Formats: sequence, C-alpha cells, structure tokens
Amino acid sequence: MSDRLAVNRPLAHDSAAKHVAGEAVYIDDMPEPSRCLEVYVAWADRAHARLLKLDLDAVRRASGVVAVVTTDDIPGHTDISPVGRHDEPVFAAETVQFWGQALFAVAACDVHTARRAAGLAVIAYEDLEPRLDVDAARAAEDYVWPPAHFVRGDTEAGLARATRRLDGRVTMGGQDHFYLEGHVALAIPGEDGDMTVFSSTQHPSEVQHMVAHVLGIPSNSVTVEVRRMGGGFGGKETQSNLFACVAALVARKTSRPAKCRLDRDDDMIMTGKRHDFTVDYKLGFDDDGRIEAVDMHFASRCGYSADLSGPINDRALFHADNCYFYPDVSLLCHPCRTNMASATAFRGFGGPQGMVAAERVIEEIAIACGLDPLEVRKRNFYGDGERAITPYHMTIEDNVIERVVAEVEKDSDYWTKRDAVRRFNAENRWQKKGLALTPVKFGISFTMTAYNQAGALVHIYKDGSVHLNHGGTEMGQGLFVKVAQVVAEELQLPLERIKITATTTAKVPNTSATAASSGSDLNGMAAQAAARTLRDRLTAFAAEQHQAEPSEVYWLPGRIAVKGNEIAFADLVHDAYMARIPLSATGFYKTPEIHWDRAAGRGKPFYYFAYGAACSEVTIDTLTGEYRVDRVDIVHDVGRSLNPAIDAGQIEGGFIQGMGWLTTEELVWDEQGRLRTHAPSTYKIPTCADRPEIFNLRLLENENPKATIHRSKAVGEPPLMLAISVWQALSDAVAATADHQHPARLDPPATPEKVLMAIGRLAEIEATKEAAE
Amino acid sequence: MRRRLRFLLGHEAIELETVDPTLTVLEWLRRHAHRRGTKEGCAEGDCGACSVVVAEPDANHDGRRLRYRAVNACIQFIATLDGCQLLTVEDLKGPDGSLHPVQRAMVDHHGSQCGFCTPGFVMTLAALHHEEPGPKSRGRIDDALAGNLCRCTGYGPIIRAAQAITTTTGATAHLTDREPEVLARLLAWRDGATFAVGEAGRTFMSPGSLDDLLRLAAEHPQATILAGSTDVGLWVTKQQRVLDPVIWLGRVPELAAIEETDDALRIGAGVTYAQAFAHIARLWPQAGELNRRLGSEQIRHAGTIGGNIANGSPIGDSPPWLIAAGATLHLARADERRSMPLEDFFIAYGRQDRGLGEIVEAVTVPKPGPDTALHCYKITKRFDQDISAVCAGIQLRREGQRISEARIAYGGMAATPKRAARAEKALTGAPFEEASFRRAMAALAEDYQPISDMRASAAYRLKVAQNLLLKAYVESSDATSLCLAGRREPVRV
Repeated sequence: MSDRLAVNRPLAHDSAAKHVAGEAVYIDDMPEPSRCLEVYVAWADRAHARLLKLDLDAVRRASGVVAVVTTDDIPGHTDISPVGRHDEPVFAAETVQFWGQALFAVAACDVHTARRAAGLAVIAYEDLEPRLDVDAARAAEDYVWPPAHFVRGDTEAGLARATRRLDGRVTMGGQDHFYLEGHVALAIPGEDGDMTVFSSTQHPSEVQHMVAHVLGIPSNSVTVEVRRMGGGFGGKETQSNLFACVAALVARKTSRPAKCRLDRDDDMIMTGKRHDFTVDYKLGFDDDGRIEAVDMHFASRCGYSADLSGPINDRALFHADNCYFYPDVSLLCHPCRTNMASATAFRGFGGPQGMVAAERVIEEIAIACGLDPLEVRKRNFYGDGERAITPYHMTIEDNVIERVVAEVEKDSDYWTKRDAVRRFNAENRWQKKGLALTPVKFGISFTMTAYNQAGALVHIYKDGSVHLNHGGTEMGQGLFVKVAQVVAEELQLPLERIKITATTTAKVPNTSATAASSGSDLNGMAAQAAARTLRDRLTAFAAEQHQAEPSEVYWLPGRIAVKGNEIAFADLVHDAYMARIPLSATGFYKTPEIHWDRAAGRGKPFYYFAYGAACSEVTIDTLTGEYRVDRVDIVHDVGRSLNPAIDAGQIEGGFIQGMGWLTTEELVWDEQGRLRTHAPSTYKIPTCADRPEIFNLRLLENENPKATIHRSKAVGEPPLMLAISVWQALSDAVAATADHQHPARLDPPATPEKVLMAIGRLAEIEATKEAAE
Repeated sequence: MRRRLRFLLGHEAIELETVDPTLTVLEWLRRHAHRRGTKEGCAEGDCGACSVVVAEPDANHDGRRLRYRAVNACIQFIATLDGCQLLTVEDLKGPDGSLHPVQRAMVDHHGSQCGFCTPGFVMTLAALHHEEPGPKSRGRIDDALAGNLCRCTGYGPIIRAAQAITTTTGATAHLTDREPEVLARLLAWRDGATFAVGEAGRTFMSPGSLDDLLRLAAEHPQATILAGSTDVGLWVTKQQRVLDPVIWLGRVPELAAIEETDDALRIGAGVTYAQAFAHIARLWPQAGELNRRLGSEQIRHAGTIGGNIANGSPIGDSPPWLIAAGATLHLARADERRSMPLEDFFIAYGRQDRGLGEIVEAVTVPKPGPDTALHCYKITKRFDQDISAVCAGIQLRREGQRISEARIAYGGMAATPKRAARAEKALTGAPFEEASFRRAMAALAEDYQPISDMRASAAYRLKVAQNLLLKAYVESSDATSLCLAGRREPVRV
C-alpha cells in the first residue's frame, strides 16, 4: 500500500454510488427545458446514389411537426469534416455516399412523431454502384488520406537474401463501439445567438468548433458541456459532431431547446466503427525463426470520408512491429475510400490491427519452422543498439517486454501447460486445446504532436472546498477520480474535498479529445500544475505570515506546519483570502520530447511505451467450431498506478472488449452496402459467461522512467491488444487438428463459423496430401 | 369489464385509464413517471440496461409470498403490469440514503465504470438476491446476468460483486417490511376480471378467462395476440408499428397451466420459458439446457413457449426440439378445438395454420421412453443469449444396436422449422454406428438448402447441421469425448 495520501490508492470511481442508485445523470436524463423539441435524423437507404428528389412537403405538413431542417437551413458551413477535408456534409447534398447518411432532420414534441413524419418524405434516387472493397479502391487509387510508407533497410534485398520465404494475407473485421449510451445532444439557444450544447462527446472543444462552424458564429458563442458519457471507446471522438450540430440547427431555427438522441439501430447504422483491414505480407526468416525481412501492405476500408482515418492508418503501421525487430522492413498503408459510414477512432486507434498482422507473422514462422510460437516471439524481441530501432526510426529506450513475458510465462506455467495441451490433443478426437502467449507494446502520445497539450482550472473557495475542472472527459474510464486524486495529493486533502465538475469549454478552452489513452497523462499533469500554483501561493503566504522560508512550510494531511504552528487548510485559505491571495489558478501541460515527420517516416512520435502480455488457453469443438476460453493470465505495465482498482478495471474491460473484436463481434454488410448487424440481437459483444473462468491479472512492478504524472503510464488502450492471445490460442487449437503442419489462417473475428471452416480447410489439405501419397 | 389498470410503482398506487395500448414500461417510467434511472440501451430486450423488477404473488406458494422477476422494461407494455408491483433502481436505497446490499457490493467491487448499464445489473441482481439469497456459483451468475450487457468492465468486477452479496446487510427493511402490505394490495387487485384500457380509439384488452379470450378474439379477428411481448414488443419499438387492438394472454388462468400426466407434458400457451424450465429439464435434459440458453433470464421470465410457436419464426428455439419429441399443437376458437402435429402448423415463411380468431392454446409433448434420447443443439456466434444460426432437435429410439426411430427437426435451415425427412430415413432401421450417421449427414444436404445471412453462411449452416448428427452419435457412444455445449455445471433458470 502506498504511503501517499490520495494517489496510488484503489479508490472507487467517483460516481460509483450514483451509478448503482440510478442517480448519475446522463444527457437524456436531464430534465428537459420547457418547450424542448425532440429531433429525428432521417437517413438514406442507399449506399451510393444520386439524390434526384427530396420532397419534404408532407413531412412539414404532418401533425405535430414543428420544424424540418435541411442543408438550406444551415446558416454557416454545411460541412463538418473534423480534419478540414470538406468531405463530410451535415446532410447529403447531391450524392448519397453511404447507407445511413443523414438527409434531413425533423423536430416535434416527441421523437416518435418526428420519426413517423420523416417516413412521409418523397425521395428519388438514381442508384450508383457502391464501392465496398479495398481492391476496387486501390484500383481507382481513391484514398481518403495520402498513403503512409515506413521503410528501414532494403526489404527487397532482405527478402531475396533470406533463408526462407513465405507470403500470406490476413483480413480482420471492424468493430462497433457499442457504448451502452447512444449518441445524444441537447441544444439550448441563448441570447445574442449563443448556443449551449450538452453533448455526449469525448471532444467538447471540437463539438464547440463544429457547432459554431455550422451556425456561422464564433466559438465564444458556443458552450459545450458533458459531465459523463455512458461509454465512448473512441466512438464519441468525432461522431458526436453531427448530432450536436443537428440539435443546434433545430434550436437555432425554432428558438426552442432541441434534443437529438439516436436509438440503437440508427446509432449503429449512421456512425463509424473500427476499421477493418486487409494485410498482405511477405516474410524472410531463417530456420531458427529469426525474422530477416518484412514487407507488409495494409489496406483499410475507411468509409466515405477521411474522419480520423489518416492517423488511424498510420498507427496501424506504428504497431505492425509490435515487440519485434524487423531488420529490413517496408510498411505501406492505403486508406481506401468506400461507400460505408466513415470508419473512426476505436480504442487502440489502428494499433490493434497492426499488431494482429505482427502476430500472424509470428504464427506463420512458428508453423513453418516447427517451433513453439513463444520461442519465435522471444527470438525476435527488440534488443539493444541496432535492434532497438523501429521501422519509423525511433529508438526504444524503455523496453521491459522480456521481463513482462517472463512473468506471464511463470504465472501461466506455460511450458507445463504446453505439454498438457499436447497430451490433451493427442487423447481427444473431437475437442482440441490451444495455447498462446502474446506480448503488447503500445506507443503513448497523439501522433499529431499538437494534440499533446492540456489545461486545467482549480478554484479554492473561502471555506476550503476545492473545485476542479480540466479538459478531459469522463466516459467510465475513471479519469475524473484519477485527476482528483492528483489534486488531493498536491493539496494534501481528502478526496471528498475536491469537487469534480463537468467538462465545459467555458472553463478550459481548446482542449484535445480524451483519446489516445492520454487522459490522465495530460490532464493529470495540467491539474497538478494548477494545484501546485495554488499550493506555492499558499506556501509563500504562510511563510510570510510566520516569517519563515517557504522551505519551512510543510504540507500535511488537511493542514500545514510552519515554525511549530499547525494551520488547518480551511483556516489557511480563509486567511489567504483576507490577504487577497488569488485562489484560482490554471494549469497547462505539453508532452516533451516528441516529434514526427510523416513524409519522411521518421521521428519520435511516442513519449514512451506501455507493455503487457497475456497467455490464453482455449478449447474448441471440432464439430461445430464453438469454443471456450478456459484461462487467461495477464501481466500489464501501468508504471506506478495512480489507482490500481481503476487500472485493473481498464485492463480487464479492455481485454474482454478486444476478445469480442477478435471472436464474436462480426459486422456484416450486404452486397448493397447495408449494415445487417445494427443491434445487439445481431451484433454480439461478449456477455458474462464469456469471461474466462480463470482470469489472473497482475500489474507489473514498475515505474515510468519518464516524468509522467506520479510515474504512471497510460492504460486506456493497451490492454485491448492482450486479447490477441485468445485469437492466437484459437489458431493454435485449429492447427492442432492437423498436427501443426499448416498455419490455421484463422482470420478474425474468429466466429465459430470461421473456426469450423478453418478446420475444414486443414482437413482438405491433409486429404489432398493423403491422396497424393 | 374493468376500464382501468392498477399497479404499484414502488409503494405508490398507480391507476391508469387512458393509456397508449403499446406504451412500454420504459417509456412510461422515463417520460411519465420521470424515473430516469432506468436506461434505454437497445429497445429490443437484448442489453438489459432497462431491467426492472416486477413483483407479484407467487402462484407456487398460493400467493402467500412475493415473487420477484427481472424483466426488460423496453419491450414490456405498461398494461401488462396490472396487479403487480414495479420496482426500479430508485426504490432500492433505504430511506436514510443507505445502499441496498446489491448496490453496496457493486460499489465495493468496482462493478461500474461508465455506469449506464449499472442500474440494469443492479435490478437483475436484486431480483436474484431476493429469490435466491444464498451464495451463487459462477454458472448461476452467468445465467442470471446473460441478459445484461456491459461494455466497460469485462464482467469480472460484477461477478465478484454478485458473489459477495450473501448477506442482507444494507438497506432492505424498507422493502421486506412492507411485503405483507404489498401482497395484500396486489391480491385485492387481482380480481380475475377482464379489463380494457386505451387511448385515442386504440385498445389493450386483458381477458381474465379463456372464454373471454376466445370471445374477444372472435370479435376482433385482426387483433394482435400478445403473450410475453418479447417479439411483439419489437414490432412497436423497432418497426414503429401501430397495433390495435391488442389482446393479452397473460391473465388467462387456463393458459398458464402446465400439466404432467403419465405419458405427456401439456404446456399452456401462456406458460413462460422460466415456468416450464424445471419440467422440461427433468424430462429432456438437453432441451432444458437449450431452454436455459434461450434469450436471457429477463426474456425467459416474459416469453412463452406458445408465443415461440405461434409467431412462426424459422429460428425459434422451441419448435425443433418439440417437433423431434413428437409434440402436438392445440388450437382454440370460440366454438372449435383442433389439434395437429406441431410440424404441420408451419406452412411457409410467415404463414401458419392458424385461422382468424383462433389462438394457440397449448402444446402436448409425449414423454420420452427409456430407450429414447433427445439431443438438442443451439449454434450461435455467442454462447449465451444469441439467436440461433442453426437449432436442432434429434430424437433417437434404439432397439438393441439398431435405430428404430429417428425424428429430426432443424431451425435456421429452411423458411420454417422443418423435419429432415431424408436424414430420418437414412437412420431409421440402421445400425447404431458412425457410418449410419455419416449417411444421414449426406442425406441432410438433400433435406435443406439453407440461406446465408448475418448469422451464418449457407455453407456453415449445412456443415454444422450435418456435424450435429455426428455429435449426437458421439455423445451417445463416447462419453469421454463430449463436446463443449455443456456448461460448467447444471444450473437452474
């Protein structure tokens, strides 16, 4: 246990008692202001079409309809591309670009009335061929973002020189965020054309900017606030913009408050998801499984617009090495434009997809060389000197992966278990077991260097109570309690004295999205800076009062000591107020050291790396493809944890979410480009029984060598990728059906269908071989 | 006929006369009662964020105690609460603000992150805690929580919380002390009378007897017949259909009966999955396991086997095993009764042999003989709470080393639940050995031409359907090589 007052302690989530009592207020729970309208956003049921006619007369005439909003009602810009590409109209104009694209909005006293009225629209389309695959996009060279290319060494020569060569392809599915709270925004018009918007968003500053942009007013006229989200996972980084803008447009047009809340189906149909990827790889390696050269060609389905696809696709490349040194390497990525909802941020931000490719490479090499995959992994880990340099020419300085993996190897009793699995598979015809231990190395920082900044605002009131505000948003990850712990530590106060307040653009401006796992790194440091400013002022004041040096003022829990006097915090604050000491301060932080030159594919995009490893054991039913995860062992590096309970929650939750992505969560689009899995009845996230019966989790005893907030490490995204061990264990079990003679080529999501079909493929290879013999 | 419905919201009496016949409990709570602790996550009964507890006099104890069950407020219509107590997350804290033991455990074990699913979990656990106060196995917890999705925690902390709720420390007295009073009020309201409520010319009718039901069904042949609303509820929330009138079977005592005779089990059309479970699991263990995985506890508390048959879905989980077991369906009209083999009820996709004004009254299932085994399989992407890609009922009777009778029916393989005539023929009279099952597997390709959809490809459907025949053989012949479908331990619903 920590000797610290507030940090390093496993404190409960600040809202836990409110969550369990139904008292935590989400935006749809707020009492509606009087005359509040409800908004339905009508969308196109075509993936690609020219919009020939949009006749809304019947909609406008429908009973109960108060307003209809179209592109013509937008006083400002009609485009809300978050990256300035002008490729994201609020409402589809001449061309519909995906099934689910917004066409117009209807406002009524209740959303049911609005929705029924929307159905009266007379719409005529001229259908165009939808583009739904990366090959067609590559043929047309139609990319939403310029392709990135990371090169080190001479890959062609490396491949030519290699003892052994192997080519292959892995495809991996996308993922719906399935935050339990769907998108929602409540816009309230004010005087002078001002607009206040409550938005379920990870990025209030961007919502503010977008609302101002579409209303044609300056940002100082718009205030965006969010106390909490019912889950985000990246799905509310940019995707909230549209619904906040629509609510604001209705509010502007009608001068009435307007709420826009999506039901589950519309939410899943209209908003972006994790990118799916296809990766073609060429490998060169030696007989001992040592990698000599790697060429990977990534392509993702980005949907109709750029959104964040540029940096997401870059991050796939940044993690295509995972923990492995590639002597000669070429990594290329094509972000392909397709007629689908624009794929967007999702926990890991492309990193998981890069890492899946890396682990497929290891799997292929292990099968080819007849080695245990863990042995191959260890032989290829990053090392020192030359072997510490990534494909983007950054030197890794904080590598602890060998230690992490060794600990999991021990915790899981890997080699004993490997023997047991082998015996089990020899003795069982219909069931096979699989085992895999996979590592994770995840780069921490926004690769867009400018985003690595944060602000905070701390007030101390005369009674000694403290008001904390910062630019981070709370989506369940526990950011607010962690930052409050930092401030409590700084001021030596019990946590209850720190009032956690809603994120609002009116208090801290120009914030970055709460994303990239950066929340506590950035906002914790900013809040610490603000609290430290106040502490320094109070220290100086106390020193002056007692004719002491500031170094003679000691901060103790709830009080200070100076020259033999102890003064309670509240008294100190009161005296400071009377002496006209300012009791409000801002804090600011920017991450040091980082830089990135995308054109050159060189730099230091990450301040540091977070590490982890997991061992998973699975059993498959070879007749049905059904499976069960029997046991998981995890060791994860969060540096010196700010809050071990919150961090463990992120690791467990991230693991299961990653497992869902790689197993049962399958997004299905039909040939018309219509998403067929848009509700929990058809889209299957893990449920309680999917949590492995045995689930051992340890935090690595470590502290961040970098001067992060109390030497902690970011934790939001990295654990998701620990679940790659489940997919690899399933591959191992499938390969066991043919005695590990062939790679399983089990592409995620590894649904029972994929497992059975992969088994069938191996059986065919074996049958062909037998026939030949 | 009564013209109002009556229920308790917590301990407050609610009487409604003018009410939309398909207003959901969730909409009523959030919009009319301004209780917004209960959340909408999916509006289709699949995520459990809207879970509430319905308490009513327990028929198994002559109505002398209250039975608590968790249900999905999002697809249940408000009028179905007549004579019940509705408890929401707002009811759990004690008058002094202290937390209920379930709430306490969830806080202590870090069971919430974003908190949006949390009220639903809390209510499901509160019902579980009330009905089964002792310690719970992991399997029991998985079952109880299968209908509550959490996207943040990975469930570990919630499982730990559920395991920690073994005592009644914390605020419970404000609920338990008033149970006799609640029971008395509910019993007084349970008049058995037919009632009707409505709004703007649309009507919800709740017959109190089979005679009234058949009379109303005859008078309103176009009425929507409502049982558990686990399907009809979605017509409203997902398809925005306007239903009028609605006739609800939930208060017809004759349909609620489950009768066991020497040679058969007769299940009334109003019997829920949960009510039928114990009987089914005892007589047909694998059908019990199938039933346990059907929907979630919330769904099994509301949904009925009669409704699963009557809606004619090709992917309902009850028909395949019932057909394989040789079930007979009973239909009733005002002055007419008829029965048929269950498989004959399903004519084509969306078409069943049910006339206007006719209702499904019951299904009778012959008990298995000593030489008969019923194998049931449910193939899904996710093990729990998923709609079947393929569902199989395979009943085999053996005489010595031969198969004397094979009755095989699949769901998800055709436009209706359908028997596998060619596979049955291949097995009937054949020796009980792998080769016979391999021949039946080949024959199955002649029986079905399944489709590809979001749940499975045609190729997988056929392949896995074939393999399930082999699996039935393997399970019968090689106990050491049992496949995965079995759970960690037997668990009850």
